[in-house]
Amino acid sequence: MPNPNVSTFSASVGAPPVSPKVEVRDLRLAYGAKEVLHGISFHIDPNEILGVIGPAQSGKTSLLRCVNRTIDFTASARTSGVVKVDGEDVRTLRDVYGLRRKIGMVAPLPVGLPLSIYDNVAFAPRAAGLRDKGRLNDLVERCLTQAALWDEVKDRLDSLGTKLSGGQQQRLTIARALSHEPEILCLDEFSIAIDPVTTMRIEDVLKELRRNMTIILVTNLVQQARRLANRTMFLWNGEIIEIDRTEAMFSDSPKDKRTYDYVNGIFG
Amino acid sequence: MTSRASHLAVATFAGTPFVRRKERNEMVAKCFFGMMAAAMIVPLILIVGYIVVQGWPLLSWEFLTTNPRGGGVRGGVWSALIGTLYLVGFSLLISAPIGVLAAVYLNEYARDNWFTRVVNLAVVNLAGVPSIVHGLFGLGAFVYFANLNEGKKSIIAAALTLAVMTLPVIIASTKEALSSVPVSFREACWNVGATRWQTIWRIVLPNSISGILTGVILQVSRTAGETAPVMLTGVTTWKMIESTGWLLYHPVKDQCMALSMHLYYIATQASGAPKALPFAIATVLVGAVVLVNATAIIFRIYLRSRKKW
Repeated sequence: MPNPNVSTFSASVGAPPVSPKVEVRDLRLAYGAKEVLHGISFHIDPNEILGVIGPAQSGKTSLLRCVNRTIDFTASARTSGVVKVDGEDVRTLRDVYGLRRKIGMVAPLPVGLPLSIYDNVAFAPRAAGLRDKGRLNDLVERCLTQAALWDEVKDRLDSLGTKLSGGQQQRLTIARALSHEPEILCLDEFSIAIDPVTTMRIEDVLKELRRNMTIILVTNLVQQARRLANRTMFLWNGEIIEIDRTEAMFSDSPKDKRTYDYVNGIFG
Repeated sequence: MTSRASHLAVATFAGTPFVRRKERNEMVAKCFFGMMAAAMIVPLILIVGYIVVQGWPLLSWEFLTTNPRGGGVRGGVWSALIGTLYLVGFSLLISAPIGVLAAVYLNEYARDNWFTRVVNLAVVNLAGVPSIVHGLFGLGAFVYFANLNEGKKSIIAAALTLAVMTLPVIIASTKEALSSVPVSFREACWNVGATRWQTIWRIVLPNSISGILTGVILQVSRTAGETAPVMLTGVTTWKMIESTGWLLYHPVKDQCMALSMHLYYIATQASGAPKALPFAIATVLVGAVVLVNATAIIFRIYLRSRKKW
């Protein structure tokens, strides 16, 4: 049965609404001489979950790095085209740190910083200048709870984040991505190291977060995109094969046959 | 029955000529490599043992704390010991901050462009310049051109020369320590909007400090042992410590003695020195270096114990 949220956004397909949260037009990205994104265009509406599926090396992670400008740290990367967040072109933006604070990023491999669990989550707010102990405490608890980690670590917030198990570190990464209260949350294969039960708990949280966040969900689990995403984008070899409402993508007759083959595991 | 059969199988397999040959080769390789490793200890024991035994009769607290007398053949090594400490201390005070900051720039900030490549090339080549050439450079640059002490040699000129000499090595070792911090840590920080500096200060430096300090402190033994560069720029064969004040030598106005130079002088130039004297000086030099290295190692163990991943 269609999710009520999904139907709200189905009208937006085709005609972009007045102010998309993220707008990408003809984005090209090359590492040296090798072009990995061949001019892709799409938009994401506010409070939408966009699922991004596609095989390895199709440019999913690179796309996210273009949005939060961490692509800058790869010296050989060259981009062209337009990436707008809140109507502002990130490629020419001055306050790149402000942009990154606006975007929460969860990398596929868990990275616990070599700090205590508490400091891991408090890192970003402190870097942004928050010193108030009480507000930091509240923030840490809220973020860890949202990442379904609070109950496991609440008695040992002083122990090292790097000593947690892989799955716990991944949830710590999610908590850290939420800690600077982003407007856009980019999840890059967040569930690789997490067991199915915990994954479900986090997915429930994501459904909650959609109320005040826009979420880009890059995933290899096509069923995860199906469960969560309002719209789904199929990226393959640096090109968008298809982007459509999730039900349409997973129906028996998506616009492109390759989409059908991929989501049904016929190739990929 | 089953267990007996498997036991039989193992025994049969273990006895084949192929396995026996493998085991023999393994044994030979292990012994051979082990001997090579042991060979490293032999020269160390011989050198240290020889100089300590030879120098033993002269070694005393008094030997350390009295000035040389009678052209250096009597008395102690006080002024040379202090001179070496001054040279090492001042040169590291200059080269360590510059070297570490340069390495942070090169490893954390620099993009791969012609400037970075030129700097890296300079670092590598500077490390390969013989120390006597550094000495000549220091004589020209710090003693004559910069004219730090009215055209005369001075401690500060020698320390600057040693600093130039140790800089490339400190840069290289610091870069090594910095790059051992996983890139994923940096990316995690950048992703949450931290600046490069916040990332360096909160994550990169705290986790590479033990490697950085090790690299810096290991330069102590090198600077303490160098004779050629300091001989030309600030070290003399004969300089007493008369001052009883806090500053034993004046860093700019004084030249100083140094253990390495004193050893060279006593061993080759002075007549009538007791046979044990050069060995005693060498023992003091080695002892001072070992003491500093031991401190470094203990400090490193302490920092490693706090390593967080």
